[in-house]
Amino acid sequence: MTEATRDIEALIDLMARLPGLGPRSARRAVLHLIKKRGAVMMPLAKAMQQVAETARECLNCGNIGTSDICDICRSEKRATGEICVVEDVADLWAMERGQVFHGRYHVLGGTLSALDAIGPEELRIPKLVDRVRAEGIAEVILALNATVDGQTTAHYIAEALEGMGVSVTSLAQGVPIGGELDYLDDGTISAALKARKAF
Amino acid sequence: MDWRDQGALLSVRRHGENSAIIEVFTEAHGRHAGVVRGGAGRKLAPVLQPGAQLDLAWRARLDEHIGSFTVEPLQSRAAAVMGDRLALAGLNAVTALLGFALPEREAHPALYRATMALLDSLGTTEGWPLVYLRWELGLLEEMGFGLDLGSCAVTGTRDDLVYVSPKSGRAVSRAGAGDWADRLLPLPPCLLGQGPASNDEIAAGLRTTGYFLEKWLAGELLGKPLPAARQRFSDAFARHSGRR
Repeated sequence: MTEATRDIEALIDLMARLPGLGPRSARRAVLHLIKKRGAVMMPLAKAMQQVAETARECLNCGNIGTSDICDICRSEKRATGEICVVEDVADLWAMERGQVFHGRYHVLGGTLSALDAIGPEELRIPKLVDRVRAEGIAEVILALNATVDGQTTAHYIAEALEGMGVSVTSLAQGVPIGGELDYLDDGTISAALKARKAF
Repeated sequence: MDWRDQGALLSVRRHGENSAIIEVFTEAHGRHAGVVRGGAGRKLAPVLQPGAQLDLAWRARLDEHIGSFTVEPLQSRAAAVMGDRLALAGLNAVTALLGFALPEREAHPALYRATMALLDSLGTTEGWPLVYLRWELGLLEEMGFGLDLGSCAVTGTRDDLVYVSPKSGRAVSRAGAGDWADRLLPLPPCLLGQGPASNDEIAAGLRTTGYFLEKWLAGELLGKPLPAARQRFSDAFARHSGRR
């Protein structure tokens, strides 16, 4: 690295730490940014600076926004008495893309994991229980991953909400839209068969 | 260096963006770790769930290297237990205890066979909690902390054995216990191989095996606390039997 390119190399190193990018793709991205300095790089730098200063977790649900309480929690239209529990903000965004759920969310920030020593205290489960009590929630939808850790967490939450007069449901498991049976694993087929419904 | 075997998946840890480091329990190679390229990707992640039975091919340049696995799914056990709170807690306890207790790369064929029988019964047969309890007894035995339940430590009798000494792990008869009875651990008949067992008996057995797992295996041998998954299972079982 020469003195003249030190800053550029430092930027490449930082970019290479982003998910999906390696050193070569980071180098390509930085070159592109430099070439499009006015159109892309400056607005990007400004936007990053802005988000770095304003982004924060919603104090109510754990979503990421630019204010203490996110738009979803603030919106009166979303006070439907339903809370959808997700593992991560990325899952919340995936649900929002579907535009089929009109209630509010609760982001746990992970799942129970024996391996990583993540217990209930490390997740936002006590806050969920408080919200169910305070917001007059009628239904909690557990939209957690269909993994051993995800379902262990779902059972734990269902147990924590027992006796609170709230209906606890979970997303269905089975054949994905466009899925072909031949390509499905035996676990998915068995889950789909168990959850079969009248046709 | 390479070998091929079958084994049950104990744990998965993400490694980089797409790979995963897995730990498996095999008959000939015991608890063994290795890297799975693409193990965190969309195709393999659903296969790599704890408890899954895998066909494994391990390869490394030197034996002491972590090496890499090529995996082929044989049987997914997670789907059978996901809807069953207690069976899922049981699966978590089994995989956590094996990952915690077994030394790396040391074969334990008897424990492997007992583990396969237990994993296959989880959530599919009614009497699996008793299988689980006996598996814990076998785990203690295999790790060198077997309980001596054949005769009373005080009187030598083989009859009316109802307690276990927390100090020696030996059985104690009702007569031999005398005034010490309230300081001894319960010895339900199912721990002596006399079944079928009620849920209360299994819960009592879990208290006893839990004590020795905690004190001997975790405390004295490994010097670290028992995985929380074991406690969660015994709590879930106590609640489950209380409801019945």
